[in-house]
Amino acid sequence: MSKVKIESEKCKGCYLCIEVCPKKCLEVSKEFNKKGYHPVEFVNDKECTGCGFCYQICPEVCIEVYK
Amino acid sequence: MNKILSRPESLTLIQHSYCPGCGHGIIHRIIAECIDELGVREKTIGIAPVGCAVFAYDYFNFDVTEAAHGRPPAVATGIKRVLPDRVVFTYQGDGDLAAIGTNETVHAANRSENITVIFVNNAVYGMTGGQMAPTTIEKQKTATTPFGRDIKRDGYPLKVCELLAATGGAVYLERVAVNNIKNIMKTRKAIKKAFQNQIDNKGFSLVEVLSQCPVNWGMTPKESVKWMDDVFVKHFPLGVYKDI
Ligand SMILES: Cc1ncc(C[n+]2csc(CCOP(=O)(O)OP(=O)(O)O)c2C)c(N)n1
Ligand code: SF4
Repeated sequence: MSKVKIESEKCKGCYLCIEVCPKKCLEVSKEFNKKGYHPVEFVNDKECTGCGFCYQICPEVCIEVYK
Repeated sequence: MNKILSRPESLTLIQHSYCPGCGHGIIHRIIAECIDELGVREKTIGIAPVGCAVFAYDYFNFDVTEAAHGRPPAVATGIKRVLPDRVVFTYQGDGDLAAIGTNETVHAANRSENITVIFVNNAVYGMTGGQMAPTTIEKQKTATTPFGRDIKRDGYPLKVCELLAATGGAVYLERVAVNNIKNIMKTRKAIKKAFQNQIDNKGFSLVEVLSQCPVNWGMTPKESVKWMDDVFVKHFPLGVYKDI
């Protein structure tokens, strides 16, 4: 089992992480962050393999991966 | 559960000013990881350009100085010659390196200055609002080529790796991209090698990184990374142009 932690206040909503996640573990949050973006949220800790693709593509470096 | 991936030490906690989806942030992270892995953070000196990366000195957690537009290779030459034990690199956009700074670039390569150059090719002048750059591809629409780049009027896109391959001094030239995971992994390998070459005193190394500029391309981040595969890399083929 693996998981990722997202620092939502830093997320600018490019959603490239959602595109590269092979297990569809990331979604757009309904909440707003202080910058006014809908940040990404982690929704699926059953399937996350800790591959780190989301970390690799995140331009804000606001994702941490745990395995 | 153990933390396996997180912000590298060579990045500060300051959030950068790049637009959503911009490749600059990915490239900064890769550079920071390579510096951490090579264990040279305490003796690294970066030279920031004029362009969107002008504030890079705030984002990297090591010494970074700023150069006038296009002049980072000249400043890097001075720093490296005075402090040869430091790891010195420039970080430059295509307007900085391939337009106003072409002269310094070609001569630094030809003299085989023992420096590392990270060249971010996003096909436009990002900071000033998306004007045509030397690397803008044929028919590409920009703020100054609203009907598309016309080769007859505007000249040809400048191929920096191909051009520098003809210099005697360049020892390593590779073109990579940061639009998908496979390319990001290759970029990491190339940038690490470009730093290792300097540590091994090999001479001038340059990595040209094709990078998305969604805002000035008039695309969403998702569209921009796809456009790179479909169009951009066809004009700027990825691969090693020199490795000696
Ligand atoms: C001597 C000088 N000429 C022109 C400018 C205006 N200027 C600022 S940034 C820039 C181009 C930046 O484009 P690029 O190097 O491709 O970097 P990007 O912003 O796309 O990352 C220009 C022409 C300047 N600051 N100084
Ligand atoms: S203008 Fe382009 S290069 Fe500059 S920060 Fe925005 S996306 Fe990045």
